[in-house]
Amino acid sequence: MRFLKLKETVPFMSWRYIAMGISTLVVLASLTSIFTKGMNWGLDFTGGTKVEVGFDEPVDLDKLRKVFEATQFSDAVPQLFGSSKEVVIRLAPRDNIKSEELGNQLIQVIKEGMQQNVEMRRIEFVGPSVGEELRDNGILAMLVALMCILMYVSMRFEWRFALGSVGALAHDVIITVGMFSFLGLEVDLTVLAAVLAVIGYSLNDTIVVSDRIRENFRKIRKGESQEIIDISLTQTLNRTMITSLTTILVLMALFFVGGELIHGFATALLFGVFIGTYSSIYIASSMALMLGISKEDLIPEVVEKEGADLEP
Amino acid sequence: MLNKYPLWKYLLVLFVIMIGLLYASPNLYRADPAVQISGEKKAVVDLNTLDTIKKHLTDQNIPIKSISLEDDKILARFDSVDTQIKAKDAIEVALGDESYITALNLAPTHPEWLRSLGANPMKLGLDLRGGVHFLMEVDMKEAMDKATKQLIDDFKSDLRESKIRYRTIKRRQGTDMIDVVFREEKYFEKGKRLLEKRFPDIQFIENDKTEAFDLRATLTEQRYNDIQEYAVMQNITIMRNRVNQLGVAEPQIQRQGANRIVVELPGVQDSAQAKKILSATATLEFRIVDTKHDVRDALNGAVPPGSELFPTNDGTYSLLKKRIILDGSHITDAQSGFDENGMPQVSIKLDSKGGTKMSQATKDNVGNLMATLFIEYKPTKEVDEKGLTIYRKEQEVINQARINQRLNRSFRITGIDSQVEADNLAMLLRAGALVAPIRIVQESTIGPSLGQENIERGINAVVLGFALVLAFMVVYYRGFGLVANAALGANLVMIIGIMSMIPGATLTLPGIAGIVLTVGMAVDANVLIFERIREELREGRSPQSAIHHGYDSAFSTIADANITTFIAAVILFAIGSGPVKGFAVTLSIGIATSMFTAIVGTRSIVNFMWGGKPVQKLSI
Repeated sequence: MRFLKLKETVPFMSWRYIAMGISTLVVLASLTSIFTKGMNWGLDFTGGTKVEVGFDEPVDLDKLRKVFEATQFSDAVPQLFGSSKEVVIRLAPRDNIKSEELGNQLIQVIKEGMQQNVEMRRIEFVGPSVGEELRDNGILAMLVALMCILMYVSMRFEWRFALGSVGALAHDVIITVGMFSFLGLEVDLTVLAAVLAVIGYSLNDTIVVSDRIRENFRKIRKGESQEIIDISLTQTLNRTMITSLTTILVLMALFFVGGELIHGFATALLFGVFIGTYSSIYIASSMALMLGISKEDLIPEVVEKEGADLEP
Repeated sequence: MLNKYPLWKYLLVLFVIMIGLLYASPNLYRADPAVQISGEKKAVVDLNTLDTIKKHLTDQNIPIKSISLEDDKILARFDSVDTQIKAKDAIEVALGDESYITALNLAPTHPEWLRSLGANPMKLGLDLRGGVHFLMEVDMKEAMDKATKQLIDDFKSDLRESKIRYRTIKRRQGTDMIDVVFREEKYFEKGKRLLEKRFPDIQFIENDKTEAFDLRATLTEQRYNDIQEYAVMQNITIMRNRVNQLGVAEPQIQRQGANRIVVELPGVQDSAQAKKILSATATLEFRIVDTKHDVRDALNGAVPPGSELFPTNDGTYSLLKKRIILDGSHITDAQSGFDENGMPQVSIKLDSKGGTKMSQATKDNVGNLMATLFIEYKPTKEVDEKGLTIYRKEQEVINQARINQRLNRSFRITGIDSQVEADNLAMLLRAGALVAPIRIVQESTIGPSLGQENIERGINAVVLGFALVLAFMVVYYRGFGLVANAALGANLVMIIGIMSMIPGATLTLPGIAGIVLTVGMAVDANVLIFERIREELREGRSPQSAIHHGYDSAFSTIADANITTFIAAVILFAIGSGPVKGFAVTLSIGIATSMFTAIVGTRSIVNFMWGGKPVQKLSI
């Protein structure tokens, strides 16, 4: 079985200006959303308290809100979580009392107010300074990862490829984060991990493509850079699609049966895989092409000893 | 011959996979939800206890799977988490005594022969088994304040002993430096020599810009670090003791970074109780009560120079001498009990240094009152320039007792009104045995049923994802797809095997996500190889040479792709925390194992099946 039986080379690169245009627009839109709308930072990064409780019967959220209004938890925001019997309640960070005890107190309040059996499922508390630190560390991790990868790829390939692949990575990360910002999805630590995994995945794709381009530059002695890149992309197209498909399959499994806790993770990776697949074709290769990649850059240099003739 | 491995290579691959299988196998045995009962000091856990528990549980119709007594602990196993929780409550009622500790636990069920090989199931993270995770921060500023204060006292007593007269010794405002001002020039040289000899890890700098004869003492970097190190280490030790009081089955207490401590308490449900015991962010001081001056005058602003005014726990005020006899860090034990007249009392034990201090201080103070000052640290909204929370200090006199004789390492406080008060005082004294305040900056509590659900969800996701990929590979690549699937299976087994072998590795929900993702991405290596083989076949190569070239030319691509992903995983591990780390661990193990299974593993199967034989057509 084969997905695509391509006899002809697909002229990927002739559409590169359109692709680049679209990408630029999407990246700009993402950046706009990130900087104007901002991110819906989860508890991990903002600090505060989150309590998840389970009831025996479906919950009346309005009643629960009323229960909170009468207490010090008037700012508590209850939300159904997964099913009608499970509720997650968020509290903003506060400092009048020992904030690490809020979670337990909140459960007490629910127990008394709802006159129902309440099961504590989860309490999360993050101090404000820790939240900021986690966010800073996360961003640092992302930058360090990009730098290290840039170094490795420059070493193994060539600086144009390295720039191309890092450009593709930045493209993927910005758009994935932008999607989260635009859709207002909550960003927690697992999403951050997923974004880093997207870097890994997208890179995987880009490297495979770059590898093939390098190989073809060496093998096919004739032809323009653009043509060789097209040939390489066509040759790897089946592989690109299959790997994306298998990855998407497992991510779907995670998304649908993995539970609420890794929903964000699966969502970010699903976005990322789609974008990563596209970017390895269009961003990385077209950037390398625009930077003027040519055969000479990739064919091992034949070392000519200068002045060798002069010796007797 | 093309595509033939020597026999040893096949055996090696087989051996590696068998080892993986062996160490992964304990995970097939599902752990029993269990309750562990142990006794604290007074309470003895014996066969009688076991019978009581058994009888009580049978009366309550709670089915026990098995119950046994081992190493002074009772382990009762149950069929489900629900019964386990019911049983825990029932056992607590049955034993009725607080000195028994009942803790939820997960008891492994894999057979003895596996255990003897050191093969144990993976450790499950708190998100999978339920429990409490705390991240605690030690307040370093307070640790430094304390150290400086202690140093000033030491300077004073040393100089006094050697009859070297000084004018003032005090901390320079806003720094950790101490200014020592001598009375006359003759004391200056002597004093400098003495201090330099006694305190080699402190730098003394002459301050010649002023008229006075003064020295500036600065802590060396080394000493500075030592103080911080000590503050964290002592907190960890104290935390360990406190956790032991909680009776948690497998507590984890680890240092994180310069000033943080991670406490993980699997199976603990009541995080409020755990917090009360752990986060008693308190210290205490013993001081002599200033009875020569009037408290009322002090309240009006006339606080005598050598004294300080403090509120007491009964709503009044008390005037205490500034000099601290000793602080809580010297307390080794404090227990409530009854004296010979049957009145509540608290007996206190000190370390040797504390004993000497106490003995010296009380020698001339028999008949005077000694106060116990309890100091709590409460976090405020402000943070300092390093982003660390600033703590507000709240001080309260919790006890005043007459010194009836010269005290030493072991003494007691009597005349306490009630037993509750005695218990409370003893608890506070123990709680005060901390050198630097500590507070919870992050908490995560997972209920046991959610943990169980997370395991099930995780397993479902792995199984479903795995099945989808297997099905796809067979449909798409047929014979070679089966080979890739075998490798994928071996890969999963090896990830689990390695996770079980590494002592510190714990499986978390993001970790499972990492495994699932690895499964999806691990086939990539095989896809690369197989697509390559197809290409080679299309170009007209013979099957054997297509296999050979396919593997060869795909190798560097696979290596490059995996190394870069590995870089990302390592960075995730190094910088990330909590859930991110768990993900990074399984991802990096997965990358390593998938390289092995997808390249060496599949190659040996392919070689074994097709290699060296006249093959006309490949099932690919």
